[in-house]
Formats: sequence, structure tokens, C-alpha cells
Amino acid sequence: MTVEVTGAAAVGERASDPDLLYSEAEEDLRAAVRSLLAARAEPAAILGRIETGDPYDPALWRALATDMGTAGLLVPEKLGGQGASAREAAVVLEELGRAAVPAPYLTSAVLVVETLLGCEPEASEEPEAPEVARLLASFASGRTVGALALPLPTGPGSALACEVRVAADGTLEGGARRVADAAGAHTLLIPARGPEGVELYAVDTSAAGVTVSPLVSLDLTRPLADVAFAGVRGRRLAGPGVAEAAVRRALLAGAGLLASEQLGVAEWCLSETVRHMGERKQFNRPVGSFQALKHRLARLWLDIVSARATARYAADALASGSADAPVAVAVAQSACSKAAVRAAEECVQLHGGIGMTWEHPAHLYLKRAKADEIALGTPSHHREILAELVNLPSPTAG
Amino acid sequence: MTGIDAAELRRRVTELLAAHDPATTDRTAFLQARFDAGLAWVHFPAGLGGLDAPRALQAVVDAELEAAGAPDNDPRRIGIGLGMAAPTILRYGTEEQKRRFLRPLWLGEEVWCQLFSEPGAGSDLAALATRAVRDSRGDWVVDGQKVWTSSAHLARWAILIARTDPDVPKHRGITYFVCDMTAPGVEVRPLRQITGEAEFNEVFLTGVRIPDNHRLGEVGDGWRVAQTTLMNERVAIGGGRVPREGGLIGLVAETWRERPELRRHALHQRLLELWAEAEAARLAGERLRQQLVAGHPGPEGSAMKLAFARLNQEISGLEVELLAEDGLLYDDWTMRRPEHVDFAGREAGYRYLRAKGNSIEGGTSEVLLNIVAERVLGLPSEPRTDKDIPWKELAR
Ligand SMILES: Cc1cc2nc3c(=O)[nH]c(=O)nc-3n(C[C@H](O)[C@H](O)[C@H](O)COP(=O)(O)OP(=O)(O)OC[C@H]3O[C@@H](n4cnc5c(N)ncnc54)[C@H](O)[C@@H]3O)c2cc1C
Repeated sequence: MTVEVTGAAAVGERASDPDLLYSEAEEDLRAAVRSLLAARAEPAAILGRIETGDPYDPALWRALATDMGTAGLLVPEKLGGQGASAREAAVVLEELGRAAVPAPYLTSAVLVVETLLGCEPEASEEPEAPEVARLLASFASGRTVGALALPLPTGPGSALACEVRVAADGTLEGGARRVADAAGAHTLLIPARGPEGVELYAVDTSAAGVTVSPLVSLDLTRPLADVAFAGVRGRRLAGPGVAEAAVRRALLAGAGLLASEQLGVAEWCLSETVRHMGERKQFNRPVGSFQALKHRLARLWLDIVSARATARYAADALASGSADAPVAVAVAQSACSKAAVRAAEECVQLHGGIGMTWEHPAHLYLKRAKADEIALGTPSHHREILAELVNLPSPTAG
Repeated sequence: MTGIDAAELRRRVTELLAAHDPATTDRTAFLQARFDAGLAWVHFPAGLGGLDAPRALQAVVDAELEAAGAPDNDPRRIGIGLGMAAPTILRYGTEEQKRRFLRPLWLGEEVWCQLFSEPGAGSDLAALATRAVRDSRGDWVVDGQKVWTSSAHLARWAILIARTDPDVPKHRGITYFVCDMTAPGVEVRPLRQITGEAEFNEVFLTGVRIPDNHRLGEVGDGWRVAQTTLMNERVAIGGGRVPREGGLIGLVAETWRERPELRRHALHQRLLELWAEAEAARLAGERLRQQLVAGHPGPEGSAMKLAFARLNQEISGLEVELLAEDGLLYDDWTMRRPEHVDFAGREAGYRYLRAKGNSIEGGTSEVLLNIVAERVLGLPSEPRTDKDIPWKELAR
């Protein structure tokens, strides 16, 4: 069936074979996370928390992030982490997506940690290195929760919308809108415009001059907040050049790993819908026996098969530091955003009236899927990036 | 399985190449030597072109031989034999049948075709009406009509399913045969396709005699035997890796790069979507391959044919539209009877038309979606009215 065209040049593909499967250790990690979430994050509990303004269950976070060590998966052992990789973090995110759990994993254990890893924590000649390493260790332990003060949406390849300034006296002025998980964070990483370019600062949310204003978010399981800084004294983590590269690295990893969360969302929606359609009877037969519906679910499964391969490839490319990671991430975002949104939409429709109720968890997945589709770059944003990466220029590009 | 590993296979390939230098050995002689060394299809038994080695290791042999510039058996020309007849003969054939058929099949000396579909039995293949009746000597006489038979004009042999008992429900009265395409009573007529050429044929069988030792499997067990054939047809495993842009998307991408004057914004959006989808499908195929190598075949096999059928159609449709005025032209309507399908060797219009067959041949996409829904997702089957009624009482 595959049509092989001989002589077609491989476009930017890496030479070594990526590993697209799950290792035994990864499956063990999945099983552990899944059983924790099954016991402590059932849909009723999540629904009970999401309107309290504080959707996170601190005991669950401690068990997941600290006791199981998942907050430090991306951090090398000598810096206080687990020394694992994006492949393992991806598995955790799949499970968090599958359970639509409110937990600041993507924001703290991926975006914040990756930003710090990009700040040369081991460059002993840099004056900032000890503070970067100290913060990294505290985030890796899960005891401190952080958020990156960038306005959403921001995707890899976007211009950084940085509205915080470093004033002449070295304090921070300005703010960032729509920051994910800011309300629950202890510490913010703040890209701020200094005289020579973007620098990076750390500020505790309890510090004088910091205001965090929660917003009414589409996705209640990952709430947004506006943050504002007035004469705030921050701890400098990186200067121009390094800071911006660190943020870009984090956005690439974040978008690549978000794909695994989206995959988990899609998988739950499909399996829950299949289960329901096998049980629900109308016209004296299970509704799942109607061909129109079977074909819709089979197509959804096809999308998920492809999405899973792209999410695994993105995680593997990030883990190995492959030069193809930007392509892998853009392809994964394009495939997984679509799979998650479609799966959640089908889940609502094929549940009928019950799918429209607040009580049924389908809406948690729909809102998560729709917000995920935008947060770190929309599918069309990622395809525009792809156009440059694989040399398929737009009509106006010269 | 024997303990043969990649290193051992490499050693045997080196031996083969040393004894039969491809540069100086005649193609047929080389292929014969390769078959007899067990390097034809390594997962087949010793003596039948294989070494009882894991199937995944075939890629090692193919890569070594290709690097050495060795000739291959032109697998595109003999796809039905390699992909469908051989695995079925291996599974259900007698020792005598395996010895008689497998070697010339692999060498490409004998082309095979598949006499399954009939005018009245396509998706519902088990409804087939071609009759096989036993004569006084215990051999068979076949009468009926088959249709859409690819390569029948080139074939020496056919795999054939026919009804041997009309009094039982349709799945139970079928028997599987090997049919000699040169036997008296076999008539092959080309069927011209929308592309202008005739890859497939209609085949009329009138009083065709088939000796009982050309039966595969038990009398009445043909449906089960045919499942082996169909599974091998549908699971498009594609042995080796496909490179990025290795399919039809690569051809459109090249046109886009080389002809800036054709670029339009709306087409750009569709091109990027299809590029990303083609890459995702390629990765899914690669993941499936890795699952097979790791010994965990997943249900994803049935996904691949569906995905590629849709992508080939959408991509070739985009290509014709992109070409605009050139898309109004066609390379050649001459009625030919080609040896194999050649997507890359023809122009965009041909690709667009030929790709339409991708969602029909080897099981339609609708039928494959039924299979995914029921066998992969476990959804309940539709109420059926045909399962327990004798074949002769079914609506036709
Ligand atoms: C290029 C090409 C090469 C081929 N080569 C061979 C060959 O070498 N040997 C061989 O034996 N056959 C061959 N075929 C035949 C092929 O297998 C059949 O055409 C196919 O199985 C469909 O059968 P049909 O044509 O009778 O269509 P039908 O079964 O009549 O289908 C008509 C339409 O109804 C739909 N449909 C049917 N049943 C269902 C259902 N239960 N649910 C939903 N939709 C349904 C189908 O999807 C299709 O759209 C070839 C076909 C093509 C196009």
C-alpha cells in the first residue's frame, strides 16, 4: 500500500532509528501513575475541586511529584533529579491527560524545569549558576511549584511577547497575561526585557509587589491568571542570549510533551465512548452496533494510532537531543491537537444528553482538549513552522 | 525458530556473495543460489527458501544484498504470489505442494493471481457462486466467473475459492484450490480501468479440471484458508523503512518547491496538513514495524491500509489541482496490460485516478472500518440475516 518513490530525498530526517515503542520501565511508570490517579483523582473528586479556585489537590501532587519522583524526571541526578528523559515525562503526561487531572506537571516539571536546564546550571564560572541549580533541585523534588510567566498562547517559533521590563534600579515592572498555573505556583520564572535583551528572573509569588489575578479559564483543570510586577526585586538567572534560548528550549519541549497529554485525553475519550456505546441500547440494540457510529469511532481510532506515533517520536527526539526535534514537535502538535479535540467532541456527541451534563466528566476533556489546542501554538501555527523547517514556502515567502 | 541471529545471517550472505559474485553471475542463477541458501525469505522453513529465522531479520539480508548490488526477484511483479499465495501454501499446503510451488513462485518464474472476487461476491466474498464439483475420480470440475483479477494475463497459477456445497451456510461450503491458468476452459479477458490500462481482468472458468492434489486445506474449509490469504493482503507491513516524503507527498512537495508560480495560499494550507498527516502515517507504519520486530504485533496493521488509501487519494487530488492547466492533460490513455502498478513513473492524472482503487482493492475502506470497529474496538456486530441460512437460499 505504501507507495515508495525511489530517489526522494529525505527532508531533515535523522539517520538513526527513533524508538517509537514504550520500554518496560516506561510501562511500569505508567502503571504506577495510573493506579495513583485511579485512587486519588477520580472524576467526581476533580469536579468537586475545579470551582473552588484551587483545583490542585496538594496531597496528590506530593504523592505524584515528590514521592514518586516524577517532578524530577527531566533533571540529571547530580542536579537533584531522576536523570530520566522526555520519554518518561511523556508517559506521565499521557496518564495525566487520560485522567484530566489538574496538576501543574506540564507547567512546573516541564516548562519551568526545561527553562532552568537551558540556563547552564553547571557553568560554574557563571555567577547565576548556584541559584539556577538550587531552584532546579527544589522544583525537581516537587516541593516547590513554579510557573513560567509567559502569556498563552506562545508556541515554539513565536516572537516572545515580553511585557516585563528591568527598570534602571534592577527591579521588575510590568506583567504577563494568561499565565498557566500561576495561581498555584510558589515561584515564577520571568523573562524580562533589559537594556541588552531578554533576561530571566525568579520571583516568589509571596514577594512584595507581585499580584496574581486568577482569570475565568475555559479549562478549569489548568487555570490561567494575569500576573503583575511593581518594583519587584527578582533573582537574576540568565542574561541576554542565554535567557531567550532557554525559554525557546522550554517551549519546544513543552509543545512536544503536551502532545502526549493530548494523546491521553484522546485515548480516554475513545475508550469511554466505546464502552458507553456497547452498553447503551436504543431501537432494541446497542447503539454501538449502528454502522454510522462504528465508522466514526474507527476513524477516531485511526487518528489516535497516528497521533501516538507522532507523540512518541517527539518525545524520543527531545530525549535524544535530535536535530529533527523541531519537525517532530510540529508534526506531533498538528496530529495530537486534532486527535484530542475530535475525540472529545465525539465523546460528547455520542453520549447524547448525558454528554451535555456538568456531572459527566466528558466536558473536562473537551475543555482541556480545546485549551491544549491553543496553549503552546495552534495546529496552524505549528504547520507554519513546518513550512519553514521542511522547505515548503508560503506563496508570499519570496 | 532456530538460533539464527543477524550476525549469522550476515555471515551466510557473505558466503553466498563469495560463491556467486553478482557482478559475474547470471540473474536467475544468483536468485536460485539465494533461494537454496535459505536467504529468500528467512522465516520460511529450511529447504523452502528459508532458515526458520525470525521474520524481522529479512531486512538484514535485503540490506546486505542491496548494498552488494545483487539482483532481486522484482517483487512488484509477483506481489500476489509473494504476499498472498505463498503464506497460504506454507500454512495449508502438503509437502508436495510446497516443494512444487514455492521455489518458482519466489524466483518469479511463475506469476500468481487471485481468483476470489466475482460479479455477485465482492465485499461479501463468502457469497461466491463459482461451483466446483467432484468427478468420479475424485478430481474437480470448476464452472463460474471471476472478476477484477489483477495479473491474470501474466499468471501461470491462481489461488481460487469455489463453492463445493451449496446446501450449507455460505461460509461453510467453500473449498480452496490452486488453479492452472493454462488449463483448458480458463479464459482471461482484459477489463479496462479508469486509467486507460487494464491491470485487471475477468476470468471465465468453463469445465476447468483441477486435480484433487491441487486442493489447499480440507474440503469445505476454504473460508478459513482464505483468511490467511486476506490477512496477508490487508496487513500492509512494508518490510523496510519508508523515508520521510517517501510516498506520493514527496512528488507534490517537489512540484511545490520547483514551481513557485503554482503556489496559492489555500493550497499551501492543504499541502501542509497533508504533509503532516503523511509524516504521521509514516511514523505509525514505522511504529508498527518496530512492534512486529519486538514480537508484539498490534492491531495497527489494519489502520495502515485505511490511512494510506485516504492519503493517496487526497494528495493526488491536491497534486492535480496544484498543476492547474497541466492538470487538465493526461499522459497516455493507451490500453495496455501492465506488469505492475507504477505510481511514480506516471503523471499526476494517472496517480489521481489509480489511487481511487486504493480504497477498493483488497477490501474496501468501508469494510475495513467495520473490521476495526468490531475486532479492534470490540463494538457489537450489526444484526445479521445471512449467517445460518444455506447458501442456495440467500438473496441474489
Ligand atoms: C484495482 C483493483 C484490483 C483488484 N484485484 C483483485 C484481484 O486480483 N483478485 C480479486 O479477487 N479481487 C480483486 N479486486 C476486487 C476487490 O477485492 C473488490 O472490488 C472489493 O472487495 C469490493 O467488492 P465489489 O467490487 O463487489 O464492491 P461491493 O462489495 O459491491 O461494494 C459496493 C460498495 O458498498 C460498500 N459496502 C459493501 N458492503 C458493505 C458493508 N457491509 N458495510 C458498508 N459498506 C459496504 C463498499 O465499500 C462499496 O463502497 C480488485 C479491485 C480493484 C479495484
